[in-house]
Amino acid sequence: MLGNVASPTTGVEAPALKFGPKVRLLVLFLLAAGAVTLFMTIGSNGNWDFIIPFRGRKIVSMVAVGFAIAASTILFQTITDNRILTPSIMGFDALYMLIQTVIVFSVGTVQLVQINARMLFLFEVLAMSAFAGALYWMLFIQSDRSLHLVVFVGIIFGVLFRSLTSLLQRMIDPTEFAVLQDIGFASFNTVNRELLALASAVIFVVLLVIWRMNRVLDALLLGRELSVNIGVEYRRDVMIVLTMVTILVSVSTALVGPITFFGLLVAHLAYQTIGSSYHRYTIPAAALYSVILLVGGQMILERVFNFNSSLSIMIDFAGGLLFIMLLLREGRKR
Amino acid sequence: MIVVQNLTKRYGETAVVDDVSLTIQKGGITSLIGPNGAGKSTLLSMMSRLMQPDAGTVEIDGMNVFSTPSDTLAKRIAILRQQNYFEARLTIEDLVTFGRYPYCKGRPTIKDREHVEQALEYLELTSLRHRFLNELSGGQRQRAFVAMVLCQDTDYILLDEPLNSLDMRHSIAMMQQLRRVVTDFGKTVVIVLHDINFASWYSDQIVAMREGKLIYHAGPEVVITPQALLELYDVDVHVETIRGKSVGVYYGGANEMQVQQTQDIRDRLAAQLGRS
Amino acid sequence: MAIANTLQAADMNQVRMNRRLIYSVVGVFVLAVISVFLGVYSFSIRDLVRGDADVHASMVLLVSRIPRTVAIVLIGASTSITGMMMQMLARNRFVSPTTAGTVESASLGILIITLFAPGAPIGIKIIVASLTALLGTGIFLAILRSIPLRSPLVVPLIGIMLGGVVSSVTSFFAYRYDLLQSLSTWTNGDFSRVLRGRYEMLWLSGALALVAYFAADRFTVAGMGEAFTTNLGLNYRRVMVLGLTIVSIVTAVNVVTVGAIPFLGLIVPNVVSAMLGDNVRRTAPWIAVTGAGFLLMCDIAGRAIRYPYEIPIGTVVGVVGGIIFLFLLLRSSSRVG
Repeated sequence: MLGNVASPTTGVEAPALKFGPKVRLLVLFLLAAGAVTLFMTIGSNGNWDFIIPFRGRKIVSMVAVGFAIAASTILFQTITDNRILTPSIMGFDALYMLIQTVIVFSVGTVQLVQINARMLFLFEVLAMSAFAGALYWMLFIQSDRSLHLVVFVGIIFGVLFRSLTSLLQRMIDPTEFAVLQDIGFASFNTVNRELLALASAVIFVVLLVIWRMNRVLDALLLGRELSVNIGVEYRRDVMIVLTMVTILVSVSTALVGPITFFGLLVAHLAYQTIGSSYHRYTIPAAALYSVILLVGGQMILERVFNFNSSLSIMIDFAGGLLFIMLLLREGRKR
Repeated sequence: MIVVQNLTKRYGETAVVDDVSLTIQKGGITSLIGPNGAGKSTLLSMMSRLMQPDAGTVEIDGMNVFSTPSDTLAKRIAILRQQNYFEARLTIEDLVTFGRYPYCKGRPTIKDREHVEQALEYLELTSLRHRFLNELSGGQRQRAFVAMVLCQDTDYILLDEPLNSLDMRHSIAMMQQLRRVVTDFGKTVVIVLHDINFASWYSDQIVAMREGKLIYHAGPEVVITPQALLELYDVDVHVETIRGKSVGVYYGGANEMQVQQTQDIRDRLAAQLGRS
Repeated sequence: MAIANTLQAADMNQVRMNRRLIYSVVGVFVLAVISVFLGVYSFSIRDLVRGDADVHASMVLLVSRIPRTVAIVLIGASTSITGMMMQMLARNRFVSPTTAGTVESASLGILIITLFAPGAPIGIKIIVASLTALLGTGIFLAILRSIPLRSPLVVPLIGIMLGGVVSSVTSFFAYRYDLLQSLSTWTNGDFSRVLRGRYEMLWLSGALALVAYFAADRFTVAGMGEAFTTNLGLNYRRVMVLGLTIVSIVTAVNVVTVGAIPFLGLIVPNVVSAMLGDNVRRTAPWIAVTGAGFLLMCDIAGRAIRYPYEIPIGTVVGVVGGIIFLFLLLRSSSRVG
């Protein structure tokens, strides 16, 4: 990127960046690789036959979900031109909980765990994607409303779904409720093996699609009017991006449950430290931060706190708080 | 050539652009003037496919603006509207380089970089190239956006009140640069202007609108006249010829309708007082 | 002549509006009566009037039914008025205790006091919840000041985000201390908990709503910004703090007593302003009456639909309010996004 080179001939004031985005990405990659290695090897006692598949699966799920959350948040923020929103506020997790609750309500938790995991997974992903797709289509394509309105409508549906969920939950026996609650809160420990392979494949494909359109994404940073001016097929491309975002959020929610604010945290860490607004740097940076925080966080949880689940509640909680602080700090700088 | 036919845009009951038809010939500067709410910005948006009309067509060099793929159009026309703000942190150089997007799709070649250099120099932005947009003054930002548009190297350039944040010196420089690209490169510029005198001084043709309708499409000598300006703005404008151009002096001009209303009220009061 | 005619017409209009307001109040009263008598325990009105009714009947009436109905009216009116006030202060149609993080912050306060002092009297709970609500709303305003707001929709989106963050914090601690199911019962608005002796604080809400009505002009001015306010001789900071404090206390009282009722402060002022305009002096009584009436209707529906079971008010309003709000957002005449 030209922006990093001082120009002696014109006496240009060179930017303060000491290291370009590529170097920074490398540093992040090394940190992430280090975290993963540590996770795999710490306290292992040489028991490799067990450790590699067991911990390896956790790593794969954290990497897959981490990438999905990071990418979907950054994409969503680019197309809404707003760095405070996250795609998961649009009621995906509410729909997810509603589906789970309806199942528990109608057939009980025993039946829930007996349903073919893959079928349930696909059903949930499809339901969430269909809901979101219908929403976008009606508002964005058919009647040309702003994206903020689409998000808002999504949120209201989220409240609707949540109301219905809490209604059903009141009618569920407390022990069933406890099981439901645990499903509601994500756990990287209990990710189903078959699901993981399927989910990872889906995420990988979506990330490929995103990678191919990374320059278009950069153009979308300019907002609707300027990007149309330079020849972007705005509605088509935004629909594609929204679809990718929806799939990523649905897959990660179905895999490990709702994680709402973690994406915000890693997105802002990326924006503030990678030194570029271009997606070829910000998305990988956010993805690497995800891996570092998730793997590191899980290690701390297991070794220091002896929790055995709910990394994501902690992450959400920490992510939410840190995010507010970041926001206020950013605001003070302006 | 830009051919607009029966273009209409309605918000609720009101027609913001009301059945407008006009043809803008290739080459030269055409200004779009008129009072607030005349529909100038809306017309410009529709002409550049940024907004869908309720009726009518627009063709640029024979291409239907609403059905031609956006990136084909992007090499032919460039549009810059008034409010341009986005969250992302970009430098001036980043922004101007986006002007080459229709050609390089985000991977600029050496030739593209040359265009960027030229555009930066044209708008006196070379020393600011690495500054972030949100750190600049309004005028500097405006020049950066115009540099992007020039970099896009299109035959047609549509600008919506580009002089708004600019001081005197930069306003004149901008208009002179626009005249230069017209003369040197044969470009066609359509520009919405607030100030009738800038319009008069620099345009070849003026399109005047009022309440959604096209009122005049002619040279400055026809539009910048007391009768026409009264019809457009409801203001008495005294017009002088300076260096062969019509210049309007409207600062002290009384609004004819206001004068009449004041007189009416005086008459009624007098009548009532006379009665009681 | 023309002026006199206009004045006369305005007077007539005002009289007509006042008459309509009185009809509405009567309507609300009728709804209230229905609400009092709706329920599993059946009353004989004749017995009541004659004073012959058995002790049990009058106890149910006095301890449960009448307090419940009074609670509904007070909460409906006070939430709607505070919603109106927040919209004036932020100059944005979509701001309300639900979309500014206020409700979620109050819930966090309830959790905190429950963890540290579960037996604390209701007054203490309200104080703690008010403080957290004030803090949360303050953070919301600080965030608003520090980012560019290019569309009116961005403001409530930010409030919802903030509310989400706060509730994820709350959920985390609730999960840690096994209070999740309790949390969900506190936070979902439910009038069946209202009993005599446990709802009286709501009168405070009502009183504060009245204060808000009388100070409405100040809030309108403050909404126009610090410079404008100072120019007119008002102390901007004081007015804002007053406004925020009223909102926080009313929200805290309502949430502690009954739980959260989504959308109420959002839709009632918007519906009234769509029909009557934005003159606060004129519309405030309407907003209070409409809020009370709407909540009464939702409550009656919640109890009648699956009689004898009751659907909590939070759920009913979540569904009805959500639909109304969607309608408000999407009607083409609003063109808000």
